Amino acid sequence: MMGKVVTMAQAIQRFVPDGCSVLMGAALESLIPFAAGHEMIRQRRKNLTLIGPISDILFDQLIGAGCVSRVIAAWVGNVSAGLAHNYRRAVEGNSPHRLQIEDHSNFTLALALLAGSLGAPFIPTKTLLGTDLLSGNRSFRLSSDPNTGAPLVYVQAITPDIAILQVQRSDADGNTHCWGNLGVSEEGGLASQGVIVIAEEVVSREIILSDPNRVLLPSSKVVAVVREPWGAHPSSVQGFYGRDHASYEEYHRASGTKRGFERWLKDWVLDVEDRTAYVARLREDRLNQLKPSRQLMAALVDYGY
Amino acid sequence: MARESLNTQYTAQEVMVTVAARQIRDGELVFVGMRLPLLAFALAKRMHAPRAVGLFESGLMRDEPAPELLYTMSDPPNIAAAIWSTRMINLMGLLQQGAVQLGLIGGAEVDRFGNLNTSYIGPPDRPTMKLPGSGGAADIASLAGRFVIIMQHERRRFKERVDYITSPGYGDGGDWRRRVGLQGGGPAAIITTLATLSFDPETKEAVLDSYHPGVTQDNICRQTGWSLRVSPTVHVTTPPTKEELAIIRHYDPEGFWTRP
Repeated sequence: MMGKVVTMAQAIQRFVPDGCSVLMGAALESLIPFAAGHEMIRQRRKNLTLIGPISDILFDQLIGAGCVSRVIAAWVGNVSAGLAHNYRRAVEGNSPHRLQIEDHSNFTLALALLAGSLGAPFIPTKTLLGTDLLSGNRSFRLSSDPNTGAPLVYVQAITPDIAILQVQRSDADGNTHCWGNLGVSEEGGLASQGVIVIAEEVVSREIILSDPNRVLLPSSKVVAVVREPWGAHPSSVQGFYGRDHASYEEYHRASGTKRGFERWLKDWVLDVEDRTAYVARLREDRLNQLKPSRQLMAALVDYGY
Repeated sequence: MARESLNTQYTAQEVMVTVAARQIRDGELVFVGMRLPLLAFALAKRMHAPRAVGLFESGLMRDEPAPELLYTMSDPPNIAAAIWSTRMINLMGLLQQGAVQLGLIGGAEVDRFGNLNTSYIGPPDRPTMKLPGSGGAADIASLAGRFVIIMQHERRRFKERVDYITSPGYGDGGDWRRRVGLQGGGPAAIITTLATLSFDPETKEAVLDSYHPGVTQDNICRQTGWSLRVSPTVHVTTPPTKEELAIIRHYDPEGFWTRP
């Protein structure tokens, strides 16, 4: 092992300082790095800028815990259960404190990260013309096609300080395999100054290099690799575990009041030392229910020459 | 509605899924939004649109519906045996090219020209309510060949004018979309818990097209925050058939999405 492998606590301590901008939830509803978010809360991070296309409750948890001053996103809520209560309390009542919002659509957020990954200042698009998102977000500029004069929106690049990407497996140097829907993981990782990889398994270099097309991004971007089984729970990791839908329902109910959220936070984050302790808190039969009931192996590919 | 007799009783959500599915034409590329649209796509595939292809913005394309209930589009059953598992930007690129004929989206607030607000109730700098935001809905509304809105029919949600346009309908009517440079065709229908609304081809104002079984026109007008025009051909929505209900209940056996 060794290489870039560190514990979650070390990764957050070294690479997610107060005030930095963090991309999370890049794959959308799957592969959400909940374990990393919970460690940020335990380390009492402040003034973070959270970046992500949609956030299925992770951003809500960090907002409620007081770690966030700015959100750059297309959607913040609870996909299967409804609205995000802490997000609402923060925007509507400045509780726990004021939140700055930069509203995107999924496409413009992807374009902003793509521009960042290309080293381009902006990318033009035809989406969002005529909407109120254009006037509310200063990183959009209404402009036109230099050839035809047709209206276009210029979407300014986003270059996060750090991307936290959950994957199935990585080697110790951060060569990673990820499968399933990728959302904005690839361009988001490339646009960022550095990437923390959260892997269900740390495997040998040989395993990763046996299938280069499944590698998510260059390991030169990766600053840390954290081996964290169940690191994405309650979201899903293809081939490892399904989404714990009941957990999203429970969180939705618990976070309905500020006091209810604080109790939830104490039980599931603050009083839990690390992800190993979190997994121990989840009953074993619950974990077993989330494991795949059968294998669906892909056919082998031949890189022979 | 009671569900004692499985053959004849159904919920408003089951009617909505059925009517939404019927909007999907065979062979179309369909951008499938979260929640009820996930079921509508599965139903259309099993009924009349076996060659339709679903695009899911997390980065998936499917020509077969996932074999079991989806709570989110990124759930493992939707990934296994997808025809493409990729980056979001590739699917949004197809949408911007004009290759996607139909999009299905939900909404929190809608107005008489089909503009949707899923962002802020009240002024954005001091909102009385913060809604989750666009997700991919604004992109679908901007760029899809046409789109269909699926939502609760309540007076507070059906407003003369939305506070904030997240997903563009027909703006202030007429040729507004062309004037602002939008390429997609705009909303084709609003499918609600009470009715189906379509849009006047000239003025682009929403018109009551059909009312669901057991719902009165009077009630629909009461639940609409503007003086709703009624189509001369207004009729009762064709209810879900026994076969359609069986398929919906196969994919949503516990009624997670379809039983209130």
